[in-house]
Amino acid sequence: MSAHHHEAVSVEEQFEFTSESKRQLAIGFGIGVVLVLIGAYLLANGGGGHEAAHGAAAHGAEHAHGAAGHHEYKWTTRLWANLWTNSIYFTGISVIGMFFICYNYLAQAGWSVVFKRIPEAMPAFLPVTGLLMLLTFFVAGHDMFHWTQEGITDPKSANYDAIIAGKSAFLNTPFYIIRLVIYFTLWYGLWRVLRSFSLKEDLEGGTEYYEKSIKFGVAFLVVFAITSSTAAWDFVMSIDTHWFSTMFGWYTLASWHVAGLAVMTLTVVTLKERGYLQAVNESHLHDLGKFCFAFTVFWTYVWFAQFLLIYYANLPEEAIYYRERFSGYGGIFKGPFFINIILNFFVPFLVLMTRDAKRTTRVLKVACWSIIVGHYFDFWNNVMPGTVGEHAGFGPVEFGFILMFATAFIWSVSTQLTKANLIPRNHPMLEESLHHDIA
Amino acid sequence: MAESTGKFLVGVYDDDDVILEAVGKVKQAGVKIHEVYSPFAIHGMDVAIGHPRTRIGIAAFMFGVTGLACGLALILWTMGFDWPMIIGGKDPISFPNYVPVLFEMTVLFTAFGMTFTFFISNGFGPTVKPLLFDPRCTDNKFVMAIDLSKNKLSEAEIATVLKSSGAEEVSVKQV
Repeated sequence: MSAHHHEAVSVEEQFEFTSESKRQLAIGFGIGVVLVLIGAYLLANGGGGHEAAHGAAAHGAEHAHGAAGHHEYKWTTRLWANLWTNSIYFTGISVIGMFFICYNYLAQAGWSVVFKRIPEAMPAFLPVTGLLMLLTFFVAGHDMFHWTQEGITDPKSANYDAIIAGKSAFLNTPFYIIRLVIYFTLWYGLWRVLRSFSLKEDLEGGTEYYEKSIKFGVAFLVVFAITSSTAAWDFVMSIDTHWFSTMFGWYTLASWHVAGLAVMTLTVVTLKERGYLQAVNESHLHDLGKFCFAFTVFWTYVWFAQFLLIYYANLPEEAIYYRERFSGYGGIFKGPFFINIILNFFVPFLVLMTRDAKRTTRVLKVACWSIIVGHYFDFWNNVMPGTVGEHAGFGPVEFGFILMFATAFIWSVSTQLTKANLIPRNHPMLEESLHHDIA
Repeated sequence: MAESTGKFLVGVYDDDDVILEAVGKVKQAGVKIHEVYSPFAIHGMDVAIGHPRTRIGIAAFMFGVTGLACGLALILWTMGFDWPMIIGGKDPISFPNYVPVLFEMTVLFTAFGMTFTFFISNGFGPTVKPLLFDPRCTDNKFVMAIDLSKNKLSEAEIATVLKSSGAEEVSVKQV
């Protein structure tokens, strides 16, 4: 049986982050910066003289609006909205690495141990996205979040909005910032704990760190059960302040989860193709493929459940969310709306359906890329209508920001991978994982 | 599985690892194995025996597609044509409304289809008496059955092979 082949596989592997890779990533990041600069220049000049002048002046004077009692669009909002979209997307992918490790500890799963270092490397990016989100909120919060506007809870103000005032116990700036800091501190802090256990286990062995990891892993799951929902309300849903959906926490978690799984799978496949992780066999790939397939369906289920209820009930305050995306702003969101469903459901669902597909690296890569690109659209479609509306689009700014975030994320993961043996050599379940065989 | 009658040689083993290795040894000695019976699934056993790959996934897909088609026919005809109804201000024929029905019918047909496939392929039925070479294979023993009519080696030779591969008992059974 295949079990006999494993003796030849070495568990001693050191990932090398080559200077060539670093150079390529640096160039990619540089291209991203250039694209954003070009895009910003085009936006600043393309929006008409008045708007451009206003935008340039707006950098230092965020509170300048309000004279007309209305929200005036600044071209810089599109930059901030892009920064926000990418930040929440990569926050999700990063934190899902932690989520994956923790539920594997909770289930005492053995099969995933051999590639555990990959999800373990992902959350290191969290401080970057966390700080960028804080920065974005401080600088451009007023342009993106309706509820942060001055006087919105003051009945005497021209800006007063009774619905938003009713939500102000939760949606107010101090509490929002506290929550944001709490999320990132807890997620990143607990990851640091688990990571240090994992590295110590590599040196010392034994089951002590395994037992401890289960405890802290479960603690994270409890934390994440609450914070994943509230973070979804804060990061995404609060942009459309009047609107709410009770499905939204699940919906965002599902989106993050499947995107994180796709990134993880793609990383494992890529490393294997480059000669690392030879201990990862077809059964591991098959199970990773099943994860991607299953949570593709789960995301679609949540997406559709949210849609169907709102569609059928047809209450104006709920249906506005889909109206904006379907026919609002000149219909510019209709394309991405359908791309979202095609890339996130139909492509991975049909491509990954058979057993052999999940064991074929080329097919896995197609499905993973579809999911990764698709869920960018998912978040883009959630953030853009409420922040930039008819000024949204796909230009140099969008591609530049994606490139910057992607290269930085790959850099962060690669750096983490160099810090330890690529296979957790003293994990008590390693032997089971090396012999993983689901036929 | 297959409907066979005739003389069988039945080897009883005590351990799943032993019988998994025994399958290889018996095959190497040139003996054709009819089937292996076990109280639980043994990883790698179907590959070891050399059974052709299961087509159960294809069957499930076909049942699902049939359910989808039937569901679509049902809801289109009843809701759209035979007695058009406007519910919640939606057109009688509007796809999002249909999705739950289509989904449920797909699942229903697949579930029933797979259940009946399981019954038929295992020869289960209300009046059928299941073929059991040794009832202990439902408890704590592992049983290998050899169809003597399909093997060139003699009964005594095969019995020796089974014994040397780790069988605790070897007996002849007429079915």
